Amino acid sequence: MASRELGIEVEGLVREFKNGPRAVDGIDLAVAPGEIYGFLGPNGAGKSTTVLMLTTLLPPTAGAARVAGFDIVKQGGKVRSAIGAALQEAALDPLLSGSEHMRLQTALHGLPKAERSERSAELLARVGLAEAAGRKVGEYSGGMKRRLDLALALAHRPRILFLDEPTTGLDIQSRTALWDEVAGLAKEGVTVFLTTQYLEEADALADRVGIIDHGRIVAEGTPAELKAEIGRPTVEAVPRDPADRERVAKALAHFGEDCSEAHRGGASVLLAGGESQLADVVRALDAEGIAIERLQLHAPSLDDVFLAKTGRSLEGAGGGEADEPGSEEMEAVGTP
Amino acid sequence: MSGTAATQIGQLARRSVLRTLRQPSQIVPALVFPLFLLAVNSGGLKDATSLPGFPTDSYLTFALAVPFMQGALFSVMNAGTDLARDIETGFLNRLALTPLHGAALLGGLLAGAVVLGLVQAVVYLSVGLIAGADLAAGFGGALVIVALSVSITVAFGALGLFVALRSGTAEAVQGMFPLFFVLLFLSSMALPLELLQTDWFHTVASINPVSYLLAAFRSLLIEGWNLGELALGFAIAGAILAIGMAAASAALKTRLVRT
Repeated sequence: MASRELGIEVEGLVREFKNGPRAVDGIDLAVAPGEIYGFLGPNGAGKSTTVLMLTTLLPPTAGAARVAGFDIVKQGGKVRSAIGAALQEAALDPLLSGSEHMRLQTALHGLPKAERSERSAELLARVGLAEAAGRKVGEYSGGMKRRLDLALALAHRPRILFLDEPTTGLDIQSRTALWDEVAGLAKEGVTVFLTTQYLEEADALADRVGIIDHGRIVAEGTPAELKAEIGRPTVEAVPRDPADRERVAKALAHFGEDCSEAHRGGASVLLAGGESQLADVVRALDAEGIAIERLQLHAPSLDDVFLAKTGRSLEGAGGGEADEPGSEEMEAVGTP
Repeated sequence: MSGTAATQIGQLARRSVLRTLRQPSQIVPALVFPLFLLAVNSGGLKDATSLPGFPTDSYLTFALAVPFMQGALFSVMNAGTDLARDIETGFLNRLALTPLHGAALLGGLLAGAVVLGLVQAVVYLSVGLIAGADLAAGFGGALVIVALSVSITVAFGALGLFVALRSGTAEAVQGMFPLFFVLLFLSSMALPLELLQTDWFHTVASINPVSYLLAAFRSLLIEGWNLGELALGFAIAGAILAIGMAAASAALKTRLVRT
């Protein structure tokens, strides 16, 4: 029972809008206490609609959900008292300062007057806004606004935290700082439901990931489990001389099944023996005397999982292949 | 009222007042525009005082009632626009996630209108008196004028909240401003009701509550203490406030569909 009181349970949750498609089409999921659950999907997949329902701001059309042990339809007030939420846009008042926001939030949540200032200062310091606390939010950067949003969500010490695309539009530095904060909260026992369209965010933060597309969960598991479902890593070699492509393909054929895409100008294979074969691949290409322009090891990513489950790549995935975790690139190896 | 509700109203009122004071673009037009029109009208229409039955020989005194109404109309726009922006930016959702009482939200938001109404009333009255307007009811009358002005400002502010909650956009709220201004023009704004000769205009102005709100101000400025006119003025302000708050409360329930 104790675990239910700190987790999230969803069964057949549906939300239909008038004259529109089913934004959420019968999802089931369970988030364990202290877990970071990454809800990954492209724009319009149903992530935010799910969050609005779970935070009681939008009644479901069908299905049921319990958050912190409370029914989201029948016990909305109790759900709200147990959760904190930073919704998609950092909804802040540009005319108020950070500390004025905290003062309002702590008061509305009913914290005793004597505790409000202390709690506000503690949270502002925690998110690195102590020095900027007296400045109007209109002067804050995007990252500062998101951090204040997080501090506001934590004002009443919630047991469950909903973060709806908390790092969208932030630079890498701000994003990483927020990730650290979220990871720290989970270590303290806070259950985190995190929606994101960034693959690396789900990969880096989430204990488990649910991939949603067109309102349905198409895959769920730990990032490692999901990637393992897709299979082995691939290695791609692009010869310096395009005429050598066939020789490269022949050399790579010893290491696994061909998965070359003709338009990329090189040859690719699924490494039958895993990443440890990379050194052998380099030696084989060198032994053939082929000058290599680019050699890339591509471990399965959540984008591959998304591609495999939906038939298309995830929109809004940050960066290129080289930026994704699991990709390693080597320039011009095997020069004779 | 529970301590929690009082705290919520107090905190939201504080925010509303801070927002109002930190937006000169809300305060300055609400002060300057009515005074500009007062100057134009009292100069251009001063010969109206020679009409038989005109209640005073100072058109400035007669016209000084109008800025209080115009200021109240600005509060429709200011209170409504602030709330509409809260809806547009998602700030209302932030508030909805707290144990907030709907009445506290509306009451807190109107606190900004109270401050604006106070500032407007004091400025209009001071400028009018310095320019030479009469104040038959004396210092006590000035206090009642300020109180009536604040009441009307809050009442019209509640209508602004209703429009904001129904529409959810600042543009829609601002679009209502000309309609409210038509209401002002179709009243006894320029002449007393008894001197309006055109039948349809007289009929419209006679059923327009704004005419009776103007009459309440004018009673204090021109006559002294006319309790009947004052009671009617405050009653109409109270009725507009009650209707506005009831409509805004209903619209808030629709807007805040939290379970």
